[in-house]
Amino acid sequence: MSLFGEVPQATPVAVFKVTNDFKEDPNPKKVNLGVGAYRTDEGQPWVLPVVKKVEKIIVADDSLNHEYLPILGLPEFRSSASKIALGEDSPAIQENRVGAVQCLGGTGALKIGAEFLRRWYNGNNNTRTPVYVSAPTWENHNAVFVNAGFEDVRPYKYWDAEKRGLDLSGFLGDLERRKLFVFFDSAYQGFASGCLDKDAWAVRYFITQGFEMFCAQSFSKNFGLYNERVGNLTIVARDPDNLKRVLSQMEKIVRVTWSNPPSQGARLVAVTLNNPELFSEWKDNVKTMADRVLSMRASLRAKLEALETPGTWDHITQQIGMFSFTGLNPNQVEYLIKEKSIYLMASGRINMCGLTTKNIDYVAESIHESVVNVQ
Amino acid sequence: MALLKSSKIISTVGVYPPLGAFSIRASSWWSEVQMGPPDPILGVSEAYKRDTNPKKINLGVGAYRDDQGKPFVLSCVRKAEAQIAAKKLDKEYLAIGGLGDFNKACAKLALGDDNEVIKSGRNITVQTISGTGSLRIGANFLSRFHTEAREVYLPTPSWGNHTPIFRDAGMQLKAYTYYDPKTCGFDFQGALNDISKIPAKSVIMLHACAHNPTGVDPRPEQWKEIAELVKKRNLLVFFDMAYQGFASGDIDRDAWAVRYFIEQGHNILLSQSFAKNMGLYGERVGGFTVVCKDAEEAKRVESQLKILIRPIYSNPPMNGARIAATILNTPDLYKEWLGEVHGMANRIITMRELLVANLKKEGSTKNWQHVIDQIGMFCFTGLKPEQVERLTKEFSVYMTKDGRISMAGVTSGNVGYLAQGIHSVTK
Repeated sequence: MSLFGEVPQATPVAVFKVTNDFKEDPNPKKVNLGVGAYRTDEGQPWVLPVVKKVEKIIVADDSLNHEYLPILGLPEFRSSASKIALGEDSPAIQENRVGAVQCLGGTGALKIGAEFLRRWYNGNNNTRTPVYVSAPTWENHNAVFVNAGFEDVRPYKYWDAEKRGLDLSGFLGDLERRKLFVFFDSAYQGFASGCLDKDAWAVRYFITQGFEMFCAQSFSKNFGLYNERVGNLTIVARDPDNLKRVLSQMEKIVRVTWSNPPSQGARLVAVTLNNPELFSEWKDNVKTMADRVLSMRASLRAKLEALETPGTWDHITQQIGMFSFTGLNPNQVEYLIKEKSIYLMASGRINMCGLTTKNIDYVAESIHESVVNVQ
Repeated sequence: MALLKSSKIISTVGVYPPLGAFSIRASSWWSEVQMGPPDPILGVSEAYKRDTNPKKINLGVGAYRDDQGKPFVLSCVRKAEAQIAAKKLDKEYLAIGGLGDFNKACAKLALGDDNEVIKSGRNITVQTISGTGSLRIGANFLSRFHTEAREVYLPTPSWGNHTPIFRDAGMQLKAYTYYDPKTCGFDFQGALNDISKIPAKSVIMLHACAHNPTGVDPRPEQWKEIAELVKKRNLLVFFDMAYQGFASGDIDRDAWAVRYFIEQGHNILLSQSFAKNMGLYGERVGGFTVVCKDAEEAKRVESQLKILIRPIYSNPPMNGARIAATILNTPDLYKEWLGEVHGMANRIITMRELLVANLKKEGSTKNWQHVIDQIGMFCFTGLKPEQVERLTKEFSVYMTKDGRISMAGVTSGNVGYLAQGIHSVTK
């Protein structure tokens, strides 16, 4: 008799299943437009040149070791990462009311933030506080907040399926008249437009409007450090005293989750951000990635329009970042996967980084076929 | 789309009005957030840093130090790092359960290469964020699936972080007698008495070796009796093995209790850390294992562990796991590692002997045998809080109030001074 006899088999996480299925597909023309990682035009992962450089610097530095970081993480990482989000000259930083917790990737930052909010926001341990997430949103947002104990995770209108763009009036309507705590998820700063400041505009604007907030930052994509789990939870408080108390409680949460964060990735980012030449080189590397995505967007749209694929395709270039919500329905998605070995999410989401100059014709033609043949 | 088109505003940000003019609320969301209590061990390190006495000693540190009092990066680690660098690997996400090569090697290290559990595939081992992360995943797993019992029994005392971890996961904490302050040793009868009363299906936490904080480990024949009693009581065993190799210097010897329990039919939960035995502290390398009934159950359990892990950190960090896997899977490096672990354990054992010898030399008539009998990084000296306070104030020797010292902080250079201080406050 096993104590675990009743443990049911869980359904696999969808996005990893897509990659799994892709791996097992023998079709030489297969394309993976599923999981969100950058690929070069050769369809290969890309370790940023600046990262390679900094790795060598770290290896050569005999003064470094593998000792524990402080609970809240590497100080020079935390402060430089927050500066990236808020801007070098951020008044909030100058007023000493910005703090940060180094976390395991963007997920880890969301987790620590969610755990803190459940304990300390809107009274103590108020698990019934509604958490609003965009419809749709990254599927793990839901799980992070539910697992932190929140019972009421609700959608706010965001995506307009007809327009294939932002449903602004729906968005505003769902959130009006409410005193809301703002939690930004910044997983693609620099990666979206190619410009760090431009991509941080919304976060910085909210600060000028006087908001206290959390911002979960990920350096997985913009530094290509996916598997080193480099994230930062930036905290903007009303004043230094509130900040101090908040950080002291963050420590307690970190201590029972992972004790202290991994050092390698944070060190890499800190060295880069704190050295003007390396920082400049990094910005170039980021722009390289963003530019390739932008060119794939332009190319895909142009090809679909040239093929006269039914519908409008300007959303491909109006949307921004790694992903595009194509507007393809589940049947059309299934067609692409089964008939064409083109792997994407059931929602019609594609990773633009999966497109290359070599496969884009095949993908465009296949999308055309699916739209024409499948309802 | 006003928001997206207003990029012009950012360039005039330097002229924006003072915050008060745009304040939405004058107060903070966090007014009711209390200041968290200071961490007792951190407090010790901070006080040590502030002390200007050149003879000061930090015995709070839970990390190995060499005989010069410096952090020690193992040579096999440096070699592994060089090998890894030469391979020019990418940085793609690991699977949720971590690096496969690491997981297999991690399980083999704990259970032995030829263990029937591994051969039959009835264990699931996932990479975790060192020992803490492993315990947390285990606690979450128990909380969600071990619905027949909510209680976790910890030895008294146990690692300070065990309690908050399990509590935060929703389990209830209970205790069983373990340390005997009269002998500074193992209260075997007391432990058996308490364990015999633990309700069926409760979780019992056991330190596999080098008990933290006392350094007191059961002897093999005592482990055998404990295993039998635990089986009789039908308890779920959770082993915490943070010091394999580091305790006796021999990795098989240190894993003996874990392997014995499995042999006796206990399907255990196991947390492993590579922080100390590979010196990979800040890289956060650990493993969590569930020994299941069979391979099919292991698959089900694995699927649920992934569901637990994903909303915490998605997937674990590569660097440390890659180093550990390289060492464990490369015969030369593995051999070198065994030697280095043995070396670290030996230095600790030598310091224990030196401390006792020096105490005798100072003229102490107290029985300090427990300093030698205890094992691993820590030593429960038996010093009372008032004595600890004097030791700190008068001799600048920093340690925790419970009388625990980290032997790793003792060197041949400071052991004489330390003995002086301890003798002075205990005579």
